[in-house]
Amino acid sequence: MKPPAFDYIAADSIAMAVAALAEAGDDAKIIAGGQSLVPMLNFRMLRPSILVDINRIAGLDVIEETSGAIRIGALTRHYQLETSPLISRHLPVLSCAMTHVAHLAIRNRGTIGGSLAHADPAAELPMMALLLDAELRVASASGERTIAARDFFLGALTVDLASDEIITGIVLPKLPLRTGWGFAEVARRHGDFALAAVAATLTVSGGSIEQARIALTGVGPTALRGTEAEGLLIGHALEPDLTHRVVEAVRATIEPETDLHASSDYRRHLAGVLTGRALAAAWRRANESVA
Amino acid sequence: MSKTCEIGVTVNGTTHRAAVEPRLLLTDFLRHTLGLTGTHVGCEHGVCGACTVLIDGDSARACLMFAVQADGRSIETVESLGRIGQMNALQESFHEHHALQCGFCTPGMLMTATDLLRKYPLATDDDIRKGLSGNLCRCTGYEHIVKAIRAVVGKGHQRP
Repeated sequence: MKPPAFDYIAADSIAMAVAALAEAGDDAKIIAGGQSLVPMLNFRMLRPSILVDINRIAGLDVIEETSGAIRIGALTRHYQLETSPLISRHLPVLSCAMTHVAHLAIRNRGTIGGSLAHADPAAELPMMALLLDAELRVASASGERTIAARDFFLGALTVDLASDEIITGIVLPKLPLRTGWGFAEVARRHGDFALAAVAATLTVSGGSIEQARIALTGVGPTALRGTEAEGLLIGHALEPDLTHRVVEAVRATIEPETDLHASSDYRRHLAGVLTGRALAAAWRRANESVA
Repeated sequence: MSKTCEIGVTVNGTTHRAAVEPRLLLTDFLRHTLGLTGTHVGCEHGVCGACTVLIDGDSARACLMFAVQADGRSIETVESLGRIGQMNALQESFHEHHALQCGFCTPGMLMTATDLLRKYPLATDDDIRKGLSGNLCRCTGYEHIVKAIRAVVGKGHQRP
């Protein structure tokens, strides 16, 4: 299993990377961490004639705080996110999610830009981008654009990114005050892709839920938000009856695939159970933050 | 054949210069070009962990990286840990706890454990098992591997 031959360009700036992509047409691929791309090359599922390596672009792996948001460079490794004090202070649900991404050797190399561009249907990062209302920054030789995560994921391994474009970073709004979070995942083995995973945030005011976000992965062609289920929560306290209705709404929304790892029914069942767990944790944390 | 690239890579403290084809995997560079056959090749798609090495101190799959990407980097392989008669504490612990049967997965286990011991407290056996979840032992000798790592937790592997 050896990759087919390709030419190699080590870009030292975004400008150089997008110029190389523009010149190559559809024949080039960006390599960042390579944790999804290199297996596909080794299996010869992909045969790009040029690899544009962005690992040496300085400043593309920075995590920084602005007044209302956290900006994360595309080359930031999963392990950096997992251990960043800025992330654990402002987006603790993201720190938690990163511990579920594959294994240390993969998290040391794998990048957030790469994970978002690859868009595996059972990966954690696309789910977190949806949960946290991320905006993606994208560049090409003809300019830059911003795209909301909710518009970015089009299908399994398919995103709104042209062959001459590169993700340069994401912007995640900080969680509002009085917000609790929960994350629950089931995988056959720690670090495997999720059979199903659910993340939730609840913002609580005066004992009732003011804002609710639920995101799921592993239960459809892309990660998704449980918009209908979120709506049921607004204006209420989290009681068992309400949780039950939300769980049923989530199960009714999704169409999981059956594969070698789990049946569609089992995944739908899991998504409900995990929704209940994530919501309970989010509710507990939100109320602790008020107390 | 695509154009070759000149690289300079430091492996276990020695800098090597070579002209490599871009598609040459780091595993093959280590094993075939440098003759360092301690790094094993199992699945060649990042699943088995046998080829785990340290790149600038961080564990990584050598089968998921090209040699050309290692230009200017420092690589540590299992050969850096110790020698027969002079093994490091982790290797001694593997020996003492019978943490290898056929030995195929051992280099990857050792390099993974080296990074885990530096980065995580590994307070429980469950933490060790989670840390090893990306390394397959087809002899299924995991119990002894966990014990061997448990025995050296907190004994000076942390980064200074």
